[in-house]
Amino acid sequence: MDYRLELRNVSKSFGEVQALENINFQLGQNEIVGLLGDNGAGKSTLIKIITGYYQPTSGEIYFNGQKVDHLTVPKARKMGVETVYQERALAELQTLWRNIFLGRELCNSMGFLDIQRMKDETHRLMTQSMGFTSHAISPDSRVGKYSGGEKQGVAIVRALFFDAEIIVLDEPTMGLSLKESAKLVNFVKGIKQAGKSAIFIDHNIFHVYNVADRVVVIDRGRVAGEFLTKSIGVSDLMDKMVHVAETGILD
Amino acid sequence: MNSEVNETTPEVSQHYKEAFSFRRFTRTNSAQLGILGVFVTLWIIFIVSAPNTFLSPQIYSAFMSSIPFFAIMAIPLTIVVIAKEMDLSFPSIMGMGMVAFSFTYDATAFIGNTTIQVGLSIIAALLAGSIIGWINGIIIVKFGIPSLVVTIGTQFLWRGAVLVLTQGRNFTLDYIKQTIFYPMLVGKIGGYFPMQMVWLIVITVIFWVFLNRHKFGAHIYLTGDNINSAELMGINTGRTRIKAFMLIGLVSAFAGLLYSFYVAYFWPSLGDGYLLNTMASVFLGGTSVFGGTGTILGTFLGAFIIGAIEAATVAIGLTGFWTQLIYGLIIVLSVIMHTYLRKRGE
Repeated sequence: MDYRLELRNVSKSFGEVQALENINFQLGQNEIVGLLGDNGAGKSTLIKIITGYYQPTSGEIYFNGQKVDHLTVPKARKMGVETVYQERALAELQTLWRNIFLGRELCNSMGFLDIQRMKDETHRLMTQSMGFTSHAISPDSRVGKYSGGEKQGVAIVRALFFDAEIIVLDEPTMGLSLKESAKLVNFVKGIKQAGKSAIFIDHNIFHVYNVADRVVVIDRGRVAGEFLTKSIGVSDLMDKMVHVAETGILD
Repeated sequence: MNSEVNETTPEVSQHYKEAFSFRRFTRTNSAQLGILGVFVTLWIIFIVSAPNTFLSPQIYSAFMSSIPFFAIMAIPLTIVVIAKEMDLSFPSIMGMGMVAFSFTYDATAFIGNTTIQVGLSIIAALLAGSIIGWINGIIIVKFGIPSLVVTIGTQFLWRGAVLVLTQGRNFTLDYIKQTIFYPMLVGKIGGYFPMQMVWLIVITVIFWVFLNRHKFGAHIYLTGDNINSAELMGINTGRTRIKAFMLIGLVSAFAGLLYSFYVAYFWPSLGDGYLLNTMASVFLGGTSVFGGTGTILGTFLGAFIIGAIEAATVAIGLTGFWTQLIYGLIIVLSVIMHTYLRKRGE
């Protein structure tokens, strides 16, 4: 069976800086892959290549075995990639419904917005998926005044709404309370149950270990190693991570 | 994607409708209500202190013939500012549009039909304006230079081009008066209602629709609010901003046509003196210089406040020396009001 997503020999440099070097990365059907690595290891760059935000300097990207050239954000979204970015990618002065439909507004062939339908959908998502019951939150309220957890909820629900096949979560628990983080981990397990795939990046190794089928360790722009979570204990993994961070090699 | 939405949402048969709340309405529309308040207050002050002037229809006819020349450019400038950009070159674009107009008129002399010639020249002027706006946009987006800096440069560049191309000469456009375009652009309906006011209303409505009901406007707000988020979510912020600059170029050329037709004369300095009025209208109307917020209606009202102050100071019996002082006072106080309202609304 083809991989849901595969990167072959992907490199990315920004001027002199080599951010990624010959990355080979696979994401299987219905697989949750955890991406681990120290700050500046290249995790976010890798993510932004998968979401089409950055173009790789060299290398190839395959979706379901099909090579895709010049991946852009709209193209990646069409392929079913949805992302919850570390920086949340919200427009804080705008209303909730505009944020939910950011970048893919529902509109007719002339480009005129179907505002009523976007508000209806937002209201439904709010009450059913986000569990927002606060009166301060409505499709017409501004996202800027929400709490950190609520903002993250918006970013996650937005990724789910559009029938994603691959959900990328870049540091989704950052700034969340303990309870909100637990909710998020459950949500990632839900992705697995729904038969979809996900790439999960987190500083918290326990979060990753709990939900991932496989863990890929990135260090200094290279894949330093990968493990199936069922064949390695969390403390072993932790030791290896520290070792990699210090020496750049796995063993 | 769309079919998917319907499948998973059979229960959304009833529309989401928020119960009307006066408090929420005032909060979401605070900027527009604020400037409306200023507008009405000033109007009442004008009427009370100079009833003879402000209760007669002539003054309004005068306002409606002079204010649209800059108000019409304040509308697309609002869109540029919402996208967190700035354009200082539009007064020069007014001039360049008219240069394109007169060059095309001269070059098509062989046609021998003034109406056709003027029609072609109008198209040339609008085209020139759009192209100059496009060039502004390209420089700003492709080289990543702040628009304030770029348009300081292009403002000189295009004014210089006007002077070089016309050799600094001014000339009459009397021939336009025999064409249908003269009454169409600057005629008076029923001898009272100026056509330039009609054009201002038309452009205001079109831009309002595009800003509030079209994908383009949605992308303008998102680009100005957080360009990084907009790009991560797949919005082509470069193209969106270039379009905004093209629109102000197009409308500036049109404003240049309106003014030149109105006086039936071309001055190479056309547009000088409109820069600050136009910008003041936008900021008076509550559009934030930080991008992401602003309204067309606010700008529309702002332009009429700006346009009325001069006549009002004189009518009230103050000398013309007071005009700038009052201008400044109203602008500063309004901007303070908007900042306060915005903070409360967040």
